[in-house]
Amino acid sequence: MDRFAQQLVDGISAGAIYAALALSLVLIFRTTSLVNFAQGELALLSTFVAWQLHAWGLPLATCIAGTVAVSFVAGAAVERTLIRRRERHDHLAAVIVTLGLYLVIDGLVRVIWSADVKRFPSIFPSGLLELGPARLSWQSLGVLAVLAAVVGTLALLLYRTRVGLAMRAAADRPDACALVGISPQRMFMLGWGLAAALGALAGCLVAPQLFLSPDMMAGALIYAFAAAVLGGLDSPLGAIVGGLTIGVVENLAGSYVDWIGPDLKVLVGFATILLILLVRPQGLFGMRWTVRA
Amino acid sequence: MSRLRRSLTARRGAWAAAAAVALLLPFWFASYQVFQLATAMAFVPAIAGLMLLTGVAGQVSLGHGALFAIGAYTAAIIVERTGAPFAAAVLAAIVVTGAVGVLVGLPALRLQGMQLALVTVAFAVSLPPVLLRFDGLTGGVAGISLPPVVAPAWSGLEGDQWAYLCALAAAFVSLAVVAAVLRGRLGLALRAVQADELAAQAAGIDVARAKTLAFAISAALAGGAGALYVFVVGFASPESFPLLLGIAFLVGMVVGGTGSVAGPLLGALFIQFAPAVAGDVRDDLGGIVYGVAVVLVVLAVPGGATSLVPLARRLARRPAGTPFVPHQEEETA
Repeated sequence: MDRFAQQLVDGISAGAIYAALALSLVLIFRTTSLVNFAQGELALLSTFVAWQLHAWGLPLATCIAGTVAVSFVAGAAVERTLIRRRERHDHLAAVIVTLGLYLVIDGLVRVIWSADVKRFPSIFPSGLLELGPARLSWQSLGVLAVLAAVVGTLALLLYRTRVGLAMRAAADRPDACALVGISPQRMFMLGWGLAAALGALAGCLVAPQLFLSPDMMAGALIYAFAAAVLGGLDSPLGAIVGGLTIGVVENLAGSYVDWIGPDLKVLVGFATILLILLVRPQGLFGMRWTVRA
Repeated sequence: MSRLRRSLTARRGAWAAAAAVALLLPFWFASYQVFQLATAMAFVPAIAGLMLLTGVAGQVSLGHGALFAIGAYTAAIIVERTGAPFAAAVLAAIVVTGAVGVLVGLPALRLQGMQLALVTVAFAVSLPPVLLRFDGLTGGVAGISLPPVVAPAWSGLEGDQWAYLCALAAAFVSLAVVAAVLRGRLGLALRAVQADELAAQAAGIDVARAKTLAFAISAALAGGAGALYVFVVGFASPESFPLLLGIAFLVGMVVGGTGSVAGPLLGALFIQFAPAVAGDVRDDLGGIVYGVAVVLVVLAVPGGATSLVPLARRLARRPAGTPFVPHQEEETA
């Protein structure tokens, strides 16, 4: 029983990481209807920049804050230059551009910082919190707390402000919102900027646990996608719930299902994506789309 | 001669010249380059299959690296366990992978663009761990090693030259197959489905059947390519087939161009040699080259490399002063 509780807690800890990445995926999808395959790499690049700033002597909080701000601008710039031209339903071109971006950033990171694993300091205190038989690190708790705050802020932004309304309008009907004076292009730039900023924050939050290297995101990415799909690609709350669920299920499956074991845990991610998309494509909290011909 | 007649003759001439050069290449180059060329030829059927599925039918697949792996392992296991001739193993790989393609294609019927891309990514990422797990069959981390290719005595060739020529023949056969499919009813149906699925259905096209067939043929080609790869390289391990391979195939398809069956040929050469050349300049530059090439192509030359020829011809032909419209469609080869 003790072991189960600890596994549960470990799953929540891993889930926090997936939730953080899933949140930025959801944000891009929510605002531009695109799945950004380069999301993890963009977050990774931002994290490396933060690490570099810190290595040059700046205090950690400043590095993270600065990187988040710069990432916002960079994300908007990427949207403006690369993604902008793609028509909304030209999936192939959009997928290919994000893949191209993924390749370029991955290569760039390797060339600039090499493949060595680096230590990224945590902004949370080290040590563990005792929860009955299980122990959860302050690092994981901190990540979850920050994520909860971010989701809350996002909800406020999207549902209580004019800008949020404009962003939702642009995602829903870009052609119609232009008629009421909302520039869909500006809203997409904003969406990408926010997602990039969020990704940067997520990267800096999880790097202490995953250890910074060009391959840092590789292991988590498929689970992040699964989390986003499970929660609903357009639901920020769903990203959190999905992330935690995937983390726990993956961990438990790896420990308790002998056939899966620690090496085939990735099948959990694959199965989730496949089943959800086939059975309930809008995930747990997403919106159902009906397509009219 | 009419312009159409001239252009047809020019195209046939170009293919004949390319075939002649390709046949002579192994005698001009050193063993290692021939090996690299053979590997590139092994990629051609995979990219051709991907062109059919993704380029023409519009079904985005990032999982062709995994299908390639399935074909490779099928052939390797058959040859290692039964000692059957490679030709039989290739056929088996084609059949098995084609069947997997049908299995994948069925749920894919319910998935829209981005969703299919996601599922195929998940599939591609899941395959190497599965290959590692069933190590009784697949040899696990060590993979399967096969004896190096030996040319038959009557040919008087070196092993690597023979491997190259076999791969070359297979590549050209696969291109001919894809060209035939594209010219026929299935090709027409797939193009209609990509343009407007609902309209295609209203016009009487069995969309489900067309898509499933596209998946099956595309997968069979990828499986054959994988078997070819294991023939040339003589080795298969889970590490040889990462997600990056599927992405590379897509890059090759885009850079080569989807308007002509010459596209996969150019694409395969690009993905084999560009990172090698870039890697000479600086390690890790290969990925950047892929990425930059793909983004540039999508933004500037959406038709890929093979669209440059009709583009140049159009540019040369237009009278001075006419505006330049870059994105017009051209006939396929």
